Amino acid sequence: MESKPLALKILDVFSILVLLIAAYLALVYAPKELVMGDVQRVFYFHIGTSWTALLGFILAALFSVVYLINKDLKWDRLQVAAVEVSLVFFLITIVLGSIWARPVWNTWWTWDPRLTTAAVTELIYVAYFMLRQGIDDPDRRARFGAVYALIGGVSAPITFFAIRLFRTIHPVVIGGTNGAAQGSFNMTPHMLTAFFFALFAFTVIFIDLFWNRVRLGDLQNKVEELKLKVTM
Amino acid sequence: MFFQEATPDTSGYMIAGYVVAFVVMGIYVASMYLRSRNLKQDMSMLEELDKPAPVQKQSARKPTNVKAAKTVTKKSAQK
Repeated sequence: MESKPLALKILDVFSILVLLIAAYLALVYAPKELVMGDVQRVFYFHIGTSWTALLGFILAALFSVVYLINKDLKWDRLQVAAVEVSLVFFLITIVLGSIWARPVWNTWWTWDPRLTTAAVTELIYVAYFMLRQGIDDPDRRARFGAVYALIGGVSAPITFFAIRLFRTIHPVVIGGTNGAAQGSFNMTPHMLTAFFFALFAFTVIFIDLFWNRVRLGDLQNKVEELKLKVTM
Repeated sequence: MFFQEATPDTSGYMIAGYVVAFVVMGIYVASMYLRSRNLKQDMSMLEELDKPAPVQKQSARKPTNVKAAKTVTKKSAQK
């Protein structure tokens, strides 16, 4: 396998740097929210990871469409990479949300529409990997995976709009208000800086991890091809 | 919580949140590194299995052929 491209090496370093800056802005630069206290600071990483995860699930659905049209396995590898990185990010989103909810809602978990749709989305993509594991033929695996990721992709916008469409206690940060929400707050300019930087940082980290995962998929593919060549 | 006078101390939850975020990301990066390392090992092993096989056959045959050729020449010389 070719050595890592210079652009990816630079992106690796840049990702670490922006992650550290995002952590600094969230933990030090942004002021403490007076009602919730320090726990509000998990909000920056919570939103950053959820934004990239939902975007990744939608990207995976788009890669599925391209794969189903041209049947090139390259698109299948892109789809797997997008789903895997998004799954990790969305797990962080859910855990951070649960940790935030404990002191603010006085519970770790509640079957609120947003939390339920988020949990369903995560489980849909866990099942995606279980499905792929059960199929040996690469073309069949890619075809089933593409159809599944395409249908699963619908869960991402449903999760995003759940707090805007249903009556829920989850706060709405961008684009609307929710009368029933518990734990809403107004952001100061410093909070907004930390918030937008976290969005930027997690987008960069997502691109970096996605690129690395695509390369891993390519290597996996080469090994499988070589195994077939050696055994034949 | 919403009729309080002082800001509650929820720093423990904040620390737990950030620890979880960094640990999960760290585990994922480590898993990618390990998978990549294992695949590279597999790749080099498979390449070795694939490539040197014809070279070994040639090097094994050569000396026998030379010996055989030499015996033939000796025998033919004796005759």
